Formats: sequence, structure tokens, C-alpha cells
Amino acid sequence: MIEFERVSKRYAEGHDALREVSVTIEKDDMVFLTGHSGAGKSTLMRLIMLMERPTRGRVSVDGVDLSRVGRARIPAHRRNIGVVFQNHQLLFDRPVFDNVALPLLIAGYDHREVGRRVRASLDKVGLLSKERAMPITLSGGEQQRVGIARAVVGRPKILLADEPTGNLDPALSAEIMALFEAFNQVGVTVLIASHDLALISRLHHRILTLREGQLVGGEGH
Amino acid sequence: MSSRANNRREGAVQSTTSFSDRYKSWLQHHRLSAADSLSRVIDNPLSSLMTWLVVGIALALPVGLSVALDNAREVSSRLDSTARLSLFMADKTTAGDAAAYADALAERDDIADVVFLSRDDALTEFSQLSGFSDVLDSLDDNPLPHVILVEPASTDADDIAVLQAQVQADAQVAQAVLDMAWLQRLNRLMELSRRLVQALGALLLLGVVLILGNTIRLAIENRRDEIVITKLIGASNGFVRRPFLYTGLWFGVGGGVIAALLVAIALWFVDGPVQALASSYGSDFQLGGLGLMNSLNLVFFGGLLGLAGAWLAVSRHLGDIEPR
Repeated sequence: MIEFERVSKRYAEGHDALREVSVTIEKDDMVFLTGHSGAGKSTLMRLIMLMERPTRGRVSVDGVDLSRVGRARIPAHRRNIGVVFQNHQLLFDRPVFDNVALPLLIAGYDHREVGRRVRASLDKVGLLSKERAMPITLSGGEQQRVGIARAVVGRPKILLADEPTGNLDPALSAEIMALFEAFNQVGVTVLIASHDLALISRLHHRILTLREGQLVGGEGH
Repeated sequence: MSSRANNRREGAVQSTTSFSDRYKSWLQHHRLSAADSLSRVIDNPLSSLMTWLVVGIALALPVGLSVALDNAREVSSRLDSTARLSLFMADKTTAGDAAAYADALAERDDIADVVFLSRDDALTEFSQLSGFSDVLDSLDDNPLPHVILVEPASTDADDIAVLQAQVQADAQVAQAVLDMAWLQRLNRLMELSRRLVQALGALLLLGVVLILGNTIRLAIENRRDEIVITKLIGASNGFVRRPFLYTGLWFGVGGGVIAALLVAIALWFVDGPVQALASSYGSDFQLGGLGLMNSLNLVFFGGLLGLAGAWLAVSRHLGDIEPR
């Protein structure tokens, strides 16, 4: 589903974020990406999102070579990927429902369908009762679940999460991970960047380890 | 390989919506953007009112001045614009000689009309109109000459000049004066004013576009985080642009309404004095306003300027905001 072929990324200031990374993530897989901060986790995610282009090598998503996806088609590419951010990235000027509905609005769904899907999505993360609440009134864990509901509401085939449990206590973190596992069960390919080794090693999924831009564990396939 | 091809087909089905669905959602997003932008504009009544006033005043100035000029032109077109020669008779010419000379002039083909005004009639008329009757009464003798007003048959400036030279040459005539020069000056002055108003208008329109552009730029800056998030979720540039274009439209339309109101208020304000002035000249002149159609045009035009300003800001600043 996601394929890196000898991908290198050097930033303008000369810093090598990724070096010759080759990895394949299969459809329906759930994979953790770990490593110290600055090891290249975020860069790898950003390449998948087309927030960056690789300096060398090839990235493919769902069989599409991303170097062939021009600027104008980047939005359509991003609509096929659900993303969860560490700091939630919710819009604080509108209620939970509108936050979750945003991807559907962008994709152009009919408003009845939007209501149905948003409620289904909020139900899955256990926040159906909070649909009219403003995000600022929610706890950190709840805000992160709103972020997850927003990421999955468009039923993407790929779900990316960058440190989704970064600011949460262990019990909440485990809950969030269980949610990702549930989505993986129904056929979503999940890639989670996390440095919480204790948590992810308990979950028995494939773990990719990055060190100074190179894959040092879990590569191949 | 076949399974991958299969996946891709599923993916295509999943992410493709039919054309009519897309059209409907496009319309729906336009409605949402328009309503959302309007509610944002109304939610900040004070700053929105300031923007509306700035735009309104900038539009009202050239529009109001050109309405004033239209009225002035209306007045000047009512003035008798036919050229007329005033022949001032030599001092020694008697009233009888002057009247005979006037009759002779009336016979000529190149003269349409002749009015003879004896020095006594002229004095009476002058003392009535000028209010200097006391001063004039105290004079020993009448300082005014006999006057013959001549309306040439031709309106051509060269023909009139020839006629002027001919009568000037006659011994009875002290001076032949062409009365049209002041009217020509008035017309040139009005043309100059029109040009000045046009130049002022062009500058102010540019100002309006820049002011609105700057207002929209600030709105974009204020919503930078939101733009980044929506772009990350897959919003197209058009989707991100739409609410800001509508914001510009609402500012422009509001400014146009204010401008139309300001012009109407200004006309109402000066209407009384203008009526009094017109009636003192015995004229039934009515001050012309913008009218409903031109007021609507002004609002529409304000909207266009707002869109132009928003487009300027959006095309310059929205592209810079990319997820980092």
C-alpha cells in the first residue's frame, strides 16, 4: 500500500533527514514507526502526505508513483489519507460536529450523508454525545479522539498518525491505540509514528526503527 | 499485480463522485462560504462598519462629484448658448440714428434677430436689476451708450467673426463684443472638472481595491492555522479561496450601499438651498440624484471592487500558506 524505494531526503540546509530508505507496508497492515526525535519519522510521514518531495528515490501510495502527482492533484491525494496529529489540529472556533465534518465538506458530500457519517464516526470514538460541544471544553484525550474521528470520517484506506499519544497518560494512550487497532481490523492500513516503545512493543505489530535517517529495524518485506 | 490493479479500481470507485453530485456540493460550498463569510463580517460589526465606511466614502466622493457635474451641465444646457453680438453705439449717435441702424441690420441675410436697447431703457433696466438706483439717480447724465443686440444667422465661429469685423467697421459702432466667450470658458471649465473627477475617481477606486486587499490579507493571516489544517486534509485552493472572496464581496457590497446612501443624503442636504437659488433665478430646476438603477449599479460595482481586492490578496498570499 505504501512503498519507499531507496528514498533519501536532504533539506536545503544540508541536513540528511532520510538516507536510502526502502520499505513496503502492505494493505491492511498496522505498522509502528519509532526512533528518536530527529531520526526522520516526521519526514517519512510528510513524504507520504506530499508535504515534501524526496531528493532521491521513489515513494508510491496505493500503486501511484507520487512523483507523478502534480501540485494540482495533491489535494485529491490527501483526501485518500486520514491523518491524526500530535496536537490534534482541531479548529477551535467551531463545534466537534463541524470539525469532524470538514473532510466530507471538502470532498463534497451531500449534507444528509455528512450528518450520517459524522455521527457514525463520533460513535466509533465514543463521543456521540459531544457533537455540539466546542473542542476547548474537551479533555486532551477527547480532543485526540475528535482528531481520529475526523481522520476516519472519509473512510480513507490509509491512516497516518504522528505521535497520537504524545500528551496522553498511559491508560488513555492504550485506549487510543485500541481505536487504531479497531480501524485496522476493518481494513484500514495504519502507520503510527511513536516513541512510546513500552506501549507499542506490547501491541505485537511490525515496528520500523529509524536512526539518523536510516532504517535499522523492521525494514524489507 | 492483479490484486493491486483490483485495489486501484476499488480506490477509484471510492473516491469518485458523479458530476452532478460534485456540482451540487460545489453549489453547497458556495452557499456555505457565502453565509459563513457574511456571519463573520456581521459578527465584527465595528470593524466591518469601518471598512464599509472607508469603501463607501471613497466611492461616494467621485460619484457625488460626478452627480454634481451632471447637474451643472443640466443647468448650463438650459443657458441660451446662441452667440450674440452686443454693439455699443458711439457716444454721438442719437437714438433715432441708432434705431435706423438697427432696422438696417435687421434687413441683412446673415442676421437672424436684432434688439435695440436705447440708453434710457438700458439705464432703467440696469437700475432695476443692479439695485444701484440711488447711485444712478445722483448722476448728472446717463453714462450708458445705446446698445443693439444682434443674433447672427450662422452659428459658425468664422462667419460670426466676419460679421463682427464688418459691423465694427461702421462709424456708428464704438465696439462690437461677442458674448459667447464666457460660455465657452464655462464649458471648458466643466470639461476640466470632469477630467479631474475621473482622475480622482480612478485613484480612489485603486485605493478601495488596495484597502480591501489589505483587509482580506489580514483575514487570511488570522485564519492561517485553519488554512494549513484544511489543506492538510485535502482542501483544494478553490475551497480555501472561496470564503475570502465572499468576504471581499460583502465588504464591497456594503461599501456600495453606504456610498449610495451618502450620495442620497448629500443631495437631500443641499436640495433646499438649491431650490431657493433656482427659484431666485425664476428657474424650475430640479436637482437630479442617482436614481434606483444607478444606486443598484453602484452597489454592484462595489461588489466587483471587493471581489477584485479579495482576488488580489488571495492570489498573493494564499499560495504562500502551505503545510510545513
